Amino acid sequence: MTDQKEMESASHHVVSPKIYVIILFALILGTAATVWASFLELGPWNPVIALAIATGKAMLVVLYFMHVKYSSKLTKLTVFAGIFTFLTLIGMTLADYFSRAWGQW
Amino acid sequence: MSDSTAIAHDAHAAPDHGHGEAHPTYLRHHFENVEQQADAAGFAMWIFLLTEVMFFGGLFTAYLIYRNWYYPAFVAASHQLSVVWGTTNTAVLIFSSFTMAMGVWCAETRRRKGLVLSLCLTFLLGLVFLGIKTIEYSEKIEKHHVPGFHYNLSSFLDPDNDAAAKAASDKALPLDMARHTEVYFSLYFAMTGMHALHMIIGIAILGYMIFRARAGAYTSGHVTFVENFGLYWHFVDIIWIYLFALLYLISRHQ
Amino acid sequence: MSATIVSLPDQSTARIPKVNFITKENGLLSWLLTGDHKRIAILYLISLSFFFFIGGALAGLIRLELLTPQTDLMATDTYNKVFTMHGVIMIFFFLVPSVPATLGNFLIPLMIGAKDLALPKINLLSWYLYIAGGILAIYTMASGGVDTGWTFTTPLSTHYVNTNVLTTGLAAFIAGFSSIFTGLNFIVTIHKMRCPGMTWFRMPLFVWAHYAASILMVLATPVVAIAIVLIALERTIGIGVFDPTKGGDPLLFQHLFWFYSHPAVYIMILPGMGVISETISTFSRKRVFGYTAVAFSSVAIAVFGFFVWAHHMFIMGISNYAVLVFSLLTMLVAVPSAIKIFNWTFTLYKGSITFETPMLYTFGFMGLFTIGGLTGVFLGTAGTDIHLTETYFIVAHFHFVMVGGMLMAFLAGIHFWWPKITGRMYPEKISQLAAVITFIGFNFTFFPQFILGTLGMPRRYASYPPEFQILNVFSTAGATILGVGYLLPVLYLTWSLKYGAIAGNNPWQATGLEWQIQSPPLTENFTVTPIMDHEAYDYEWLENQKAKEVASVG
Repeated sequence: MTDQKEMESASHHVVSPKIYVIILFALILGTAATVWASFLELGPWNPVIALAIATGKAMLVVLYFMHVKYSSKLTKLTVFAGIFTFLTLIGMTLADYFSRAWGQW
Repeated sequence: MSDSTAIAHDAHAAPDHGHGEAHPTYLRHHFENVEQQADAAGFAMWIFLLTEVMFFGGLFTAYLIYRNWYYPAFVAASHQLSVVWGTTNTAVLIFSSFTMAMGVWCAETRRRKGLVLSLCLTFLLGLVFLGIKTIEYSEKIEKHHVPGFHYNLSSFLDPDNDAAAKAASDKALPLDMARHTEVYFSLYFAMTGMHALHMIIGIAILGYMIFRARAGAYTSGHVTFVENFGLYWHFVDIIWIYLFALLYLISRHQ
Repeated sequence: MSATIVSLPDQSTARIPKVNFITKENGLLSWLLTGDHKRIAILYLISLSFFFFIGGALAGLIRLELLTPQTDLMATDTYNKVFTMHGVIMIFFFLVPSVPATLGNFLIPLMIGAKDLALPKINLLSWYLYIAGGILAIYTMASGGVDTGWTFTTPLSTHYVNTNVLTTGLAAFIAGFSSIFTGLNFIVTIHKMRCPGMTWFRMPLFVWAHYAASILMVLATPVVAIAIVLIALERTIGIGVFDPTKGGDPLLFQHLFWFYSHPAVYIMILPGMGVISETISTFSRKRVFGYTAVAFSSVAIAVFGFFVWAHHMFIMGISNYAVLVFSLLTMLVAVPSAIKIFNWTFTLYKGSITFETPMLYTFGFMGLFTIGGLTGVFLGTAGTDIHLTETYFIVAHFHFVMVGGMLMAFLAGIHFWWPKITGRMYPEKISQLAAVITFIGFNFTFFPQFILGTLGMPRRYASYPPEFQILNVFSTAGATILGVGYLLPVLYLTWSLKYGAIAGNNPWQATGLEWQIQSPPLTENFTVTPIMDHEAYDYEWLENQKAKEVASVG
């Protein structure tokens, strides 16, 4: 691993196929798990678990398939900025919708 | 794995290094060196993906709001989707992401045949995904579940006469709630349609890349295009991972 | 007013450099297929000016109609179409791309010592998208227009009007992608293309402002794109996401729309603020006071800009609690804006100020933007907003920020960098006159509208009660003066292309890297990659540099 790192320039890390295969199996496993979980009666936890597994899978794709784990801080910051703005849009909009139910003062 | 990388470097990198470092033909005039050019292109791709995240963000926001408002309608409507097709498609897309990642690896380690094979597999898996999507869409069209003038509520008002609803042992929804299944299908078609559009664009670019890869365009050190396309393809995969969880698996146990 | 910093070369011997980016290649195709950021900037400048005058003509029609209380010049629905197209053209085809696509395109690579933007082809694509969107907008206007207002408000835009909502939406959608590509290009360029020694805190504040605006372009614009797509789907196949009869919520459209369109006003104003930072430093011969604070206030405006959008929706039926939170957050934006104004004012303090045309526009900006910004605080306060919203107070407020602020800054920038772009000076006296006329005309036009709004005159109507007439006459008269103020620059700037004095490299004795090279610049900008070895706005460095030159020549 260290040898390989020296060979590649800092900005360009080649991830080995072995890792890709592991990630592939993890993703398939995650898909199976999320289908299985959706058939369980978990009350309010159903959507939470579905989203948690989906986020876990997305993180695997982002970190390994998209090489973010091996990328520069700038790339990591870019990903973070995207997630942050995405959550701002969803969070602030939903805040309005949820608080409408509280009625007037 | 370090072996394979080393071999690749021995086999292909060595003869290229001579002029490769000095002034490769693909270095655009306004960049100082290859590294700056690759850095800039990769970063630009990430920024582009940010815009894509926000583009889908509007749809996800709409989905979350209406799912909260019309939960029973969303549950009943999601039972009209086939989990089998959905799961298959998720697996297909994950595999295509894997083959794409392998394609990037092949390009980086300068394996022309491996790259062409990976790209072809990705191309095929993409087509399979769209094929399954077509089957699913045609089911919806047959049952008049496409929002608009011909939208049909009978699956939700009278679930006993509907195979999918009966299989999920759905109870009949009151008319008011049943009508809101149309919002679910609006979002279903908007989100999966937008996703499918991205797939179609991706597949078109893949076709172009296969031709270029056969000519050896990406296996001589200039891998930016393959890498950036890989980012795009994985991004489309991530969107689907969420769409699958949100649209197909709302609550299968009820 | 005799004091001036202008130092022009000896006119009897001075020549425009034979080789520059304009003379490099000839023929229309060499322009239409160019990758050169400077040429694309000029393409943008020409097309932007064209759209500005169309939008301006529509504004003239609006003011003419409002001269009298009755609807006499045009029918009410024609009036609706006119103000809609005025908004669409001015916002999507002038204000959003104005400074970034022209001056930003031209100057960012020069300022950071790069040969070009990172993605020249994408830059050209962005111009073509702009033109495609623009042609579509003009087509819309010619084929019957659209009367939803530039906000495409649902359900009006989806159910109740049979005008060209689709084509207008498509035009805005395409223009949006043009703006996304510009922003994307700037971010990548600023991150990856800076010359050696050009650290983040040595960049001119113009670049910082564009960086902040680019973040907004990239992150906010896609949301309005999807909102427009949903409107199109709603209109064509009736998907019902915004349709209350099917369970959709029209307010959701407002959320998505303003998630873009509020940050969009910062996309419009931030680059203008960047221009002001440059001019105010150059014409006071001082480093911008609180450089770091001004730089970060740009970024702060961009970040806060994402958290305030619902203040456009206070009376639309969003929750009381959301009103409270968004109202408080809105106040926060006033802080970085005030930081900028105060720091510019401190820059003036004990500076050796001269009053060339860009500086006059800069003073105009500072005064008018402050009024526009402060009235924005009135509107951000939920209580007063309920009284003032949908009246002419709003119209006056955003015209003070956009026209009084952004357009003043745009003109300041165009005059300031005109010698760099063309190699020739504009005529000073008449342009000073134009700046003063613009300022007077602007105040005559829009100040009465504050009073009209407070008195309760609603916006978007072709007629009004007769007691409002006197102020409306004032406003229309002012618009005429304003029109003269905007026509003058077109005339004398065109004149100066041939007859203006030769400017030389650095007529203003400014410190930016762009002023250390020939005007107009070479296609590749710099013959050798520059090395930045001093802070931005370092006038002592410039003096030393000049002394060195004299010594070496001597």
